[in-house]
Amino acid sequence: MSADSMPPILEVKNISKTLGSKLILDDVSLSLNKGELKVLIGPSGGGKSTLLQCIHYLIPPDAGEVVLEGRPASGAGRGGLCAFRQEIGMIFQDFNLFDHLTAENNVAMALRKVKKHSKAEALERARRELARVGLADKGQLYPAQLSGGQKQRVSIARALAMDPKVMLLDEPTSALDPELIGEVLGVIAELSRSGMTMLMATHQIGFARNLTNEIIFMEAGKIAEAGPPAALLSPGSGSRTADFCAKLSELMGPGR
Amino acid sequence: MDAAYFKELWPVLNEGFWLSLKIIVPSATLGLAIGVLVGAVRGTGYPKFLVRPLNIYVSLFRGTALAMQLVVVYYGLPDLGRPLKAFCLAHDLPALWKLCYLSPYAASVLVFSLCSGAYHSEYIRGAILSIKKGQFQAAKALGLTRAQTFRTIVIPQALRRAWPGCGNEIVYLIKYSSLAMLLSAKELTSVAKAMADYEFRYTETFFAAGLYYLFLVSVAAWIMRRLEKHYAIPGFGR
Repeated sequence: MSADSMPPILEVKNISKTLGSKLILDDVSLSLNKGELKVLIGPSGGGKSTLLQCIHYLIPPDAGEVVLEGRPASGAGRGGLCAFRQEIGMIFQDFNLFDHLTAENNVAMALRKVKKHSKAEALERARRELARVGLADKGQLYPAQLSGGQKQRVSIARALAMDPKVMLLDEPTSALDPELIGEVLGVIAELSRSGMTMLMATHQIGFARNLTNEIIFMEAGKIAEAGPPAALLSPGSGSRTADFCAKLSELMGPGR
Repeated sequence: MDAAYFKELWPVLNEGFWLSLKIIVPSATLGLAIGVLVGAVRGTGYPKFLVRPLNIYVSLFRGTALAMQLVVVYYGLPDLGRPLKAFCLAHDLPALWKLCYLSPYAASVLVFSLCSGAYHSEYIRGAILSIKKGQFQAAKALGLTRAQTFRTIVIPQALRRAWPGCGNEIVYLIKYSSLAMLLSAKELTSVAKAMADYEFRYTETFFAAGLYYLFLVSVAAWIMRRLEKHYAIPGFGR
């Protein structure tokens, strides 16, 4: 079966969200096929974060629905939502590791509490996931003892341990020093190559250009443009995306 | 200083000390338990229907004099006993009215626990409010239920943050346990006062009793510090 004929693994249908009196998301739709990596870019305040959080139902959308493998998330009730969230991994800009737990226990905790693994099983799996992100020797350290890049990799390991069907990444490198960005992007690239389905908000245009099949440009709560990076980013395309990225490169240098 | 007097004094003070200890240890334990539960509800806002009543409880116990609370519970509750007894007998209920006639000891432990709990709850509430929003988000994102988040994230973090404050409250409790003398409980301060009155030797007697309190407070502070160190996490709460 070709990828085109497969139903999308995640469908976001006409999501709208108003916070306070401000319309943050205005009728946003997108879909992800299995193994796809799509990248959300756009100015701050454009709704990228809110969109990711709405997809995960961390903030329930006002209208529209999220369908994971054909099952809609809404109307599932609180217990159903907990189950829904387990299937989608979320990576936050500021890592959000549990400050009172070691790296190992950060990964093992949800395995034990949510998936009801035994302690030994959960720790075993945690060590494997940490090894996968290159942190096999850091399991005993607490978040405060890790660098930003290491923290973000622990949080990726924590999400991976839950065997998510889709990963949502909310600017995973924006809080990192430039020299730490590479190690995190490396892990994400590796994940993508191994077939993980991902939706990632980022300002790393170079990274997006090389790895994604589709760039989604969001502005003022709407998807302004979407398409393959070659089309959107080519200098003569005149797209809003190319314009935005040109400004980014002016600030940060090319290839970023 | 009169060595013969002290020979007489120590056994009396020791006796009072034991009763003080019997008041302090359960009050501190119960108080902390009440504080954690009440603080948890007030800090998280769940369950919602309990927030208002618990706010009222805390403002009552923090807002009135502890001496008054003791007197009201010990001397005031029996006033409710008689009508309650009539009510229970008329409706064939168990002997609930007996709860209105508390011993000085029981009344002291009850009031100290409730008062201490009210203060602890403020420390715990503050600690919960200081937990970063991202911790809750991450827990939610991993599929933890509210109760699981509470047990595995909120309480371990909040207790560590609140611990120094809670230790302070326990130190206070050790000293305000002396107010049990208002209910004629024969604890340290009241036996010291009886001795001092009888012998007319206030300075030596209260100085000696003060040493007991100093000892108790030092031991409590030492235990709290040990626990704080034992549960310390590198870089947490700094």
